[in-house]
Amino acid sequence: MATTFDYAPAPESRAILDLKPSYGLFIGGEFIDPLDGGHFKTVSPATEEVLAEVAEAGAQDVDRAVVAARRAYDKVWSKLPARERGKYLYRIARILQERARELAVLESLDNGKPIRESRDVDIPLVAAYFFYYAGWADKLDHAGFGLDPKPLGVAGQVIPWNFPLLMLAWKIAPALATGNTVVLKPAETTPLTALLFAEICQQADLPPGVVNIITGAGDTGRALVEHGDVNKVAFTGSTEVGKMIARSTAGTDKKVTLELGGKAANIVFEDAPVDQAVEGIVNGIFFNQGHVCCAGSRLLVQESAYDQVLDGLKRRLSTLRLGDPLDKNTDIGAINSAEQLARIRELAGVGESEGAARWSMQCELPDKGFWFPPTIFTGVTQAHRIAREEIFGPVLSVLTFRTPQEAVEKANNTPYGLSAGVWTEKGSRILWMAGRLRAGVVWANTFPRFGPASPSRT
Amino acid sequence: MTTTASAPIETRSDSESLAGAHDIASTEASLRRFLHGLPGVDQVGAEARAATLATRSIKTTSKAMAIDLAISMIDLTTLEGQDTPGKVRALCAKAMRPDPSDPTVPSVAAICVYPDMVAVAKESLGTSGVRVASVATAFPSGRAAMDVKLADVGAAVRDGADEIDMVIDRGAFLSGRYKEVFDEIVAVKAACGAAHLKVILETGELVTYDNVRRASWLAMLAGGDFIKTSTGKVAPAATLPVTLVMLEAVRDFRDATGRQVGVKPAGGIRTSKDAIKYLVLVNETVGEDWLDPDWFRFGASSLLNDLLMQRYKMATGRYAGPDYFTLD
Repeated sequence: MATTFDYAPAPESRAILDLKPSYGLFIGGEFIDPLDGGHFKTVSPATEEVLAEVAEAGAQDVDRAVVAARRAYDKVWSKLPARERGKYLYRIARILQERARELAVLESLDNGKPIRESRDVDIPLVAAYFFYYAGWADKLDHAGFGLDPKPLGVAGQVIPWNFPLLMLAWKIAPALATGNTVVLKPAETTPLTALLFAEICQQADLPPGVVNIITGAGDTGRALVEHGDVNKVAFTGSTEVGKMIARSTAGTDKKVTLELGGKAANIVFEDAPVDQAVEGIVNGIFFNQGHVCCAGSRLLVQESAYDQVLDGLKRRLSTLRLGDPLDKNTDIGAINSAEQLARIRELAGVGESEGAARWSMQCELPDKGFWFPPTIFTGVTQAHRIAREEIFGPVLSVLTFRTPQEAVEKANNTPYGLSAGVWTEKGSRILWMAGRLRAGVVWANTFPRFGPASPSRT
Repeated sequence: MTTTASAPIETRSDSESLAGAHDIASTEASLRRFLHGLPGVDQVGAEARAATLATRSIKTTSKAMAIDLAISMIDLTTLEGQDTPGKVRALCAKAMRPDPSDPTVPSVAAICVYPDMVAVAKESLGTSGVRVASVATAFPSGRAAMDVKLADVGAAVRDGADEIDMVIDRGAFLSGRYKEVFDEIVAVKAACGAAHLKVILETGELVTYDNVRRASWLAMLAGGDFIKTSTGKVAPAATLPVTLVMLEAVRDFRDATGRQVGVKPAGGIRTSKDAIKYLVLVNETVGEDWLDPDWFRFGASSLLNDLLMQRYKMATGRYAGPDYFTLD
């Protein structure tokens, strides 16, 4: 008489949101209409419901934003004592915490990620990063830049759609803490939490122009990056756009930070803690629908543990809950856009035509919106495109290895190098691997973990 | 699933798997090799998994279903020096009909008492279907001679106990004398006769999850019908991550041998919210095969009243004060 335990819908309420039908550009501390741009709509990827209309900043609008940031830098922000900058950041951090539920609901609505993740991961981290950098503001002499480091001036920042508010925090918090002012462009599919953040800047009485948020697509981003009065360009997104930015900023005085794609290897040895390794594989590639730069999209399993790990992985995947991002029990939300879904489908199709075996989680996909079931490809070789190209979706490529040397060789055989994971109960092997893996972060018996006090990046 | 190179238990029928178990336990060395060949448990990962599952939001119809399921899985327990026949009779009445004013409330799974109260409980419960479980083997410390422990079990079984909750010798386990623990469980199982055997690991004294996984396998290999976290006399008692590790063990054991073993967290589970977290853990780790009083139990006393209060709240929309529920 075993019982079936179905979970009744448990949706987080949208009532907390005060969404406006239309948003302007946040320039000089106010929301204003675009001069030479139009408007575009942002939709919920789970339902294709139009959430709001936002302004598209044209070249003149970008210029106005940079001018506002320059004025705020010259007249206010660069003259402020460091501890005063810190006070503003602390204030913003506290408001972010107070309005956490509102931000989480809006993030899930606009991005499609499960509310469990926006509520338990994204938004708490956003506040944590602001608190962390607030603390640095008056301690920069001890930050490793030498005595009395100077700000650069105006930072032009372009962020992606996978962790909209978290990427904003990684860009804005350190820039303001170190005395710069910013013009930030959120991704065109996920502008809403950045606009809510603009309201939080107003609520915190941040001096006008210190933070400017301009919405728009690629052209807006290009105008910002190429603007002559921007001192620092920070970009997180695709490798292709990153290369364009590198070319356009070459030969200028602009400082540039680029954070691009990944194809991380998650390496499981036969002596791994298997149940936790399976969890780590799931979190590595299916967290945030795989829309993670440092996703563990290549699983390298030692041959002797292959059956055990794959059986465990498939069993675990069958318990994942795909559906309404606002349902508190959802594990897998929507793909962020039709465009991204098309790319995932294309590469999954390539995987099949290349001869890899496809296994997808059996589940009903909602009729509306953009959805892709968690998928595993086995029998993948290094020569397959799905082992080389970043898919940026819930698709895992499984390869095998026999020796630690072979694991390192395969893991490093990629132009990417954001992260890697090692699963083994043998401490010496973790250190041996970490020294040889060409990756910015190597996680040991976990995947992925972020925090302001660690150097890891998504 | 978790069979390693040193774990040749591939057979499916009960008698054959037991033969496999006895091969593994034929020497101290082979038993040790097997238990230490089980995959390790990463503490951080296991605790993170349990914490994530604890965020599941169980509402409306699911909650109503979970509350009744939890009530039906309770081993309603009194294990005090001051227990009297009167107290045990009162508890039995409550076990059969937890809410005197509401006949739709299911009865609990069992009453759990000391051996000297088994006869009283058996008489009170009659043919109600509520079983009598008795702790034995010098509960809770397990510090007694082997013949004393077996006599303890024998007395409880003679008086009609349907289930025996034995404690393992943690001293022997922690000092690596696995064979001794194995043989003791085998002997107790034999003394149980038809009674089901629950093996209490006392995970609060085993400390590491690796130990919990090894002790779980040891108890299952030796023939335990249930593995149980705690006596309730040692802190910490049951926790979600410990129960997770034990659920993984029974899942892997069934995959390897075909025999299903039950799990009973005991001690410290006091609220409906806690109980529902355990049911979610069962549901998403081993699935619905274990969502049944035959395969999952709660060792608890105060939990029942909280479940009744929540049940009343769901039915009426109002909370009733504790005065409206019987003490025991």
